[in-house]
Amino acid sequence: MRGIGKRFPGVIALDNVSLEIGQGEVLALCGENGAGKSTLMKILGGVYQPDAGEISVDGKPEKINDVNDSMRLGVAFIHQELNVLDNLDVAANVFLGREPRNALGLIDFKKVHADTEPLLKRLGLDISSRTPLDKLSIAHQQMVEIAKALSLNSRIIIMDEPTSSLTLQETDRLLELVLELKQQGVSIVYISHRLSEVEHIADRVVVLRDGKNAGELPKAEAKHDRIVSLMVGREIKSTYTASAAPKTPGYFKVRNAISSRYPAMQVNFDAARGEILGFAGLVGAGRSEIVKAMVGLDPRGSAVVTIGGEQAVIHAPADAIGHGIYLVPEDRRAEGLVTAMTVRENTTLPSLKNYSSLFLISRERERKVTNEQIASLKIKTPGGETVVLNLSGGNQQKVVLGKWLSMSPKVMILDEPTRGIDVGAKAEIYRLMRELADRGAVILMISSDMEEVLNVSDRVAVMHEGRITGVLERADCNEENVMNLAVGKPIAAAKPTVNN
Amino acid sequence: MRLVAKKEFGIFILLLVLCGVTGFKNPRFFSGANLGNTVNLIGLFGVFSLGVGLVIITGGIDLSIGSMCALTGVILAMALSEWHWSWPLAVLLVLAISVTLGWVHGFFVTRAKLQPFIVTLCGLLIYRGVARFIAHDVTKGFSDATGIDTLRSLASGKLWGLPMPFVILLVLAIIMWFVLHRSIYGRYLLAVGRNEQAARFSGINTRLVIASAYTIAGLLTGVSGILIAFYTNSVSPSNHGNFYELYGIAAAVLGGCSLRGGEGSVIGIVIGTALLIVLQNLVNLLGIDSSLNFAVMGAVVLLGVLADQMFKTRAAKKNVRQA
Repeated sequence: MRGIGKRFPGVIALDNVSLEIGQGEVLALCGENGAGKSTLMKILGGVYQPDAGEISVDGKPEKINDVNDSMRLGVAFIHQELNVLDNLDVAANVFLGREPRNALGLIDFKKVHADTEPLLKRLGLDISSRTPLDKLSIAHQQMVEIAKALSLNSRIIIMDEPTSSLTLQETDRLLELVLELKQQGVSIVYISHRLSEVEHIADRVVVLRDGKNAGELPKAEAKHDRIVSLMVGREIKSTYTASAAPKTPGYFKVRNAISSRYPAMQVNFDAARGEILGFAGLVGAGRSEIVKAMVGLDPRGSAVVTIGGEQAVIHAPADAIGHGIYLVPEDRRAEGLVTAMTVRENTTLPSLKNYSSLFLISRERERKVTNEQIASLKIKTPGGETVVLNLSGGNQQKVVLGKWLSMSPKVMILDEPTRGIDVGAKAEIYRLMRELADRGAVILMISSDMEEVLNVSDRVAVMHEGRITGVLERADCNEENVMNLAVGKPIAAAKPTVNN
Repeated sequence: MRLVAKKEFGIFILLLVLCGVTGFKNPRFFSGANLGNTVNLIGLFGVFSLGVGLVIITGGIDLSIGSMCALTGVILAMALSEWHWSWPLAVLLVLAISVTLGWVHGFFVTRAKLQPFIVTLCGLLIYRGVARFIAHDVTKGFSDATGIDTLRSLASGKLWGLPMPFVILLVLAIIMWFVLHRSIYGRYLLAVGRNEQAARFSGINTRLVIASAYTIAGLLTGVSGILIAFYTNSVSPSNHGNFYELYGIAAAVLGGCSLRGGEGSVIGIVIGTALLIVLQNLVNLLGIDSSLNFAVMGAVVLLGVLADQMFKTRAAKKNVRQA
């Protein structure tokens, strides 16, 4: 792949990226969230079309217009979210869409199963081709996808974060399998954050950063630290300014927080009144999940939350709200706003009791508080009666913020607060967060944007696979430390999560 | 205070046009007897349409209305005629049953997480069966009932020259209007129907809100059941109330309730009901074959929803261009 470029509305995903894959080679593709790894592979897999650049296979230039084209060229893509049909059996999944027919035009089931068995053997899988997929573990389901790729005589198999749902043993088995496939002449593109696995199997490591090539390492040099330094390498101008406002450490304590996604992990941390505590980590680290458990949105999650020495018992979102703990969720259109309602209706939704007497809402009082928020947050809207759907992303986010700000938050949790928002609005939201903290609130900010995490947070807690791997004081906040903690490598500078 | 929105105005005009056309073609439309009957029917059908409208706003649906009317009608008739209960007790029994059944619907939808279509479809089948069983498939009436004159005049008499069902509809509609458009509960209903997740994230007890909509619908169906029983004066368990749910849903949809939830207006539901009743009247008075009754209704509802969809798409396009 040479000079590949790809834009999406508002963002350049790939800029002049080149990649070579040799036959029978295991190539690891690494990079931060948003670096462009998945996008690049989706172009190879025919899911996206490049805006620039060319692809050639065996020296011949090729056009990959859709998934079928890429399959014909021998590319198989095993996505992070498996594409198996769990209401069918193994053989049916492997031959989906290409079922051999008999003379009557009906599916030749005997042949389907007969052709699947050798594939399963080749993978060392001890399961019958008649096993229904929903009876298999995720690891085995993944193997079935690999069998499908092999049945297509794939020459390149792309694996996107294949071990994120596997146990240690299953991971070892998969890595063995990758090496076996390599022996058989199949090339593997291995997208992963798990650098220890990458060190183990990769012949070469290609690193992408901000949609561009950031470097390539041969096996001998592909060590953890070098890969990390290539992943983060850019200069982040530090625009952090410490705030002079007083902070009360230990004001907000969270103990034994468990989310339904990582039920075996317990999260503990403290946050000071007046501080912005950043939560960094890779996608899937469990940050959003633990925060939802803290505010009662996870029926199978739990947490012991203390504010100013008093425990806040939280079983449902209304309890959290009652204690002044508010969440600005990740997906503002699906979770943060009722997009068909107006600015006014959204702003007052959680606090309607304050604007009503005898259960009847007073539009006057609603309008008053809405106008206050529009003014103080500088929300660009024709008025309070505008339907929120018609506002830009940044202004929609301000409406979400205004909703909570009108209720004097004690603890404000923001999940990816500036995702999809232009630079100007971003700065305003950061300013708001700082103001809120200075006035005595606790701010927890989940962010996958390294620059944001480093420039806005007073301290940074980093999560990895459901637990906090370390908390960095201001002085130790730099990209390498954050990235190392994010991939699970412990570092000396990281403080333990709880003091005392 | 904006009382009438564009959509409601639209169907109101349509209603006036239909009345005008019918009256023009057949002046009997304006006769006291015909108008009185039409208004009466609007009242009868409107009460349960309000209920089903509420449920539709939460994003659900209620298919059991007709069968519930049959069941309540049968029980009312038997309680008054055969078990000789006093009428307040009989009315209380019937309302208690319908509220409970509504609550059961709500329970299955919110706790067992079953789809409203399925839950109320089963209701449709079960209540009809129970009604037929209790009545041994015999048509029940009020001829053997005593001391029901008060009830009869409450259910089918006149107040200020208007049929009681219509008066009851007006009263209920006014209450519902305040509830839906001015109360906290109404705001929660609209939010939950539109985006249950976001409502939950804002601390609303979405389960309670949805379940209560079904319970209220049950109550309103019970009230309708009593009124309709006295209108028909006899209850045939096998076909009393047949298809009423479709009238209710059609009226709600015509009146602006989107089946996707989160949208609806009380005035719209009332006008929608009126539209359907007048349409039926139109078919009768204009000599159109009565077998086409449902066809005409279906066509009008389809056109109405189509027109609404086109307006929405045009409005959305305009907004995208402005943004």
